[in-house]
Amino acid sequence: MIQKLGKWVDDRLPVSHFWNAHLAKYYVPKNFNFWYYFGSILLAVFAIQIVTGIWLAMNYKPSAADAFNSVEYIMRDVNWGWLIRYMHSTGASFFFIAIYLHMFRALMYGSYKKPRELIWIFGVLILVALMAEAFMGYLLPWGQMSFWGAQVIISLFGSIPFIGPDLALWIRGDYVVSDVTLNRFFALHVIALPLVLLFLIGGHIMALHEVGSNNPDGVDIKTNKDEHGKPLDGIPFHPYYTVKDLFGLGVFLFLFAAVIFYWPDGGGKFLEAPNFIPADPLKTPEHIAPVWYFAPHYAILRAIPDKFLGVLAMGSAIMILFFLPWIDRSPTKSIRYRSLAFKIILFSFVIAFIGLGYLGTQPVNYWTTLFSQIFAFVYFGFFVALFLVSRFEHAKPVPERLT
Amino acid sequence: MMKVIVFLFINVLGISLVFASEGGAIPLKHVSINLDDKAALYRGAQTFIAQCATCHTAQYMRYGRVASDLHLSSAQANSLLPPHLKLGDEMVSFMPADYAKSVFGTVPPDLTLIARVRGADWLYTYLTSFYADPTKRWGVNNAVFPGVNMPDVFAALQGVQEPVYQSVKLPDGSSEQRLVGLKAPLIAGNMPPAEFDTLVRDLVAYMVYMGEPAKLQRMSYGPYVLAFILLFTVLMFLLKIDYWRDIKKPVKPE
Amino acid sequence: MAEVPVNTARRRFLTGSAVAVGAVGAGFATVPFLSSFEPSARAEAAGAPVDVTVGKLAAGQMVTVAWRGQPIYVVHRTPKMIETLPSLDAQLADPNSQVASQQPKFADNFYRSRKQEFLVLIGVCTHLGCAPTYRPEVAPKDLGSEWIGGFFCPCHGSKFDLAGRVYKGVPAPTNLYVPDYIFASDDLIRIGVAEKQA
Repeated sequence: MIQKLGKWVDDRLPVSHFWNAHLAKYYVPKNFNFWYYFGSILLAVFAIQIVTGIWLAMNYKPSAADAFNSVEYIMRDVNWGWLIRYMHSTGASFFFIAIYLHMFRALMYGSYKKPRELIWIFGVLILVALMAEAFMGYLLPWGQMSFWGAQVIISLFGSIPFIGPDLALWIRGDYVVSDVTLNRFFALHVIALPLVLLFLIGGHIMALHEVGSNNPDGVDIKTNKDEHGKPLDGIPFHPYYTVKDLFGLGVFLFLFAAVIFYWPDGGGKFLEAPNFIPADPLKTPEHIAPVWYFAPHYAILRAIPDKFLGVLAMGSAIMILFFLPWIDRSPTKSIRYRSLAFKIILFSFVIAFIGLGYLGTQPVNYWTTLFSQIFAFVYFGFFVALFLVSRFEHAKPVPERLT
Repeated sequence: MMKVIVFLFINVLGISLVFASEGGAIPLKHVSINLDDKAALYRGAQTFIAQCATCHTAQYMRYGRVASDLHLSSAQANSLLPPHLKLGDEMVSFMPADYAKSVFGTVPPDLTLIARVRGADWLYTYLTSFYADPTKRWGVNNAVFPGVNMPDVFAALQGVQEPVYQSVKLPDGSSEQRLVGLKAPLIAGNMPPAEFDTLVRDLVAYMVYMGEPAKLQRMSYGPYVLAFILLFTVLMFLLKIDYWRDIKKPVKPE
Repeated sequence: MAEVPVNTARRRFLTGSAVAVGAVGAGFATVPFLSSFEPSARAEAAGAPVDVTVGKLAAGQMVTVAWRGQPIYVVHRTPKMIETLPSLDAQLADPNSQVASQQPKFADNFYRSRKQEFLVLIGVCTHLGCAPTYRPEVAPKDLGSEWIGGFFCPCHGSKFDLAGRVYKGVPAPTNLYVPDYIFASDDLIRIGVAEKQA
């Protein structure tokens, strides 16, 4: 009976085709390491954010008069509201932790290189959409940091020559960040950007499954096939990587739950103390810092003394990522077989990114500015150096098969 | 591996202090909070309602929530409750906002979330660091919140502390009196110092609880949730090991 | 592919337990989400018991109060009204209040209340939720000569007597609902409390 029903559905909907094409007969390199957990973890976080977000929207009120109160209402009066809210706020930070580690993996193993350029471009688009999503979501609790963070970031757009002031006004819909801004950010945060993200993630995975996964050796498993056309170094995603990824997901959920239950404010980084004061357009907090995941970009902005050039630099810091597949000219993918020079510049890049992240949360003084400038130089220097290094690189020979 | 990396990631970004004390003349005193001590929280709630709620509100906190979280008897719960309110009501102030405005020039801030904004140490230090300053409106000033527009509600209990000033040379050659510490009141308060200290600690503990009542819940559910996820993870690990026995070890390159 | 012989029993056991634990975990995870649909502390505070003073309610009169967003009817019945109640039994669907869900235990009697003279009902028709109107008059034009007073639902014509008992042959299936209430004092009814607190 159930088999019959299954066949009836399968004749009308490509269920088993989908199952085979993307899971049971989708061949994946067998040598994935720790760094390959984050893709599935990101999918899980996305799902968690969608579900908890829907539930938050049931009690949240997107108006300047009610927003702050409704968040406290969720935290106190709604049954389990605190858990749903902490899942969402912690999920935002974990989303960025996972996406930054996922991108670092791509840098290490050259996963952005031919034929995976589109996967990478979809990925960077996901990062940009996620940043917009997080930025708009951060306004919704309508605390002091929400308000002034949005005020500062939106006024950055105002520094663009000619159109800037009108653009900032258009984004806000008012002369200051106000009820109107909050309401439109809410609409974008709960409907528009999640849809955009969903399509981008779909594109990312479709592009990935078209060309297949890269791996820590950077060797294409499709070049070595057996007589049935099955990659010799490939294994079906299901069951091998479903069980492995579920184990990874378990570890991730353990950390996620540990933060939610024991450390939900993340030491003031996931939930910032001044954000427990309702937004007050007449009183700026002493020290406005962006949420930690925007801090690296914010530090680049502050490193440059000219406002517009700072905005330009901050924008370029993200835009330059789109060109990475063409900046890196070396055919060797994996860091395992690349030159010492590459390892040094990649390491410097990571140090610079983390350093900028730290400095972006600190009050401005001579030293933070100096170091921000040095790190910003290293950040952009990485791409220039990569362009040169990759042209003349003496890579080690890449094996034919996975090691 | 992942744990280490996430840990480093969070820590590198999170070294900075949560909230820098704003121009305080004395370092913050540490207070440890034990939310399991329900008797202390109840004493704190009594102090809060007697001393703070006369002017301040705690508009997100319901009396009934305090009663059920602290396992209060209905007599204890009713002792917290002002006569015109019900257990389901929120802690509104007894002072009408327009009256407060005429007395203080501003409406005293809501205190529900103040512990999440300032932290326990700051609250504890603030509440014990009022000192005599005749130049100020209420005759007192505060060492960690200079110029605060609030009378010392504990003056009768603690006595009014005396400031210790020190002359500091400014770069332009002139000198300035700067507060460097506090000393015991000239006229002792009518509560022994140790007893007063406990009163303030209990009050701060209550305010920490009030800032996030859900903390009691997350602390009680936390171990079970983590243990369950751990069980799942261990099972998945065993299953993963079992399935991956199928996979040939990669051939070592010659 | 299998080089090492697969221990199928072990694998099946592990898969089974992993699926079971995962399913239980998923079940647990739904609890907070479903439970958050329950009335919040604010709703419960707003739904706290309501007091009605009946000392000044004249015999034959009805007063309506709101409790949990629903109209509560409190009627001071005249002795005449109470006397005529049993005479209707043959025309009623459930004269003896057999449907236990429609009233607390204390109202399981022909007058359906704690004290005969005071009737307390939730003024929501058991058909589709309209508010029935109080029609105490005898034999009005629109309700016919048989009518000896009761409640009439204007939406679909359901009829109830002065104890909230439903007539036969009307759309409403059961008697009107009697809420929990107590007499806090002789002339003070507290709606929404089942028993006097010790």
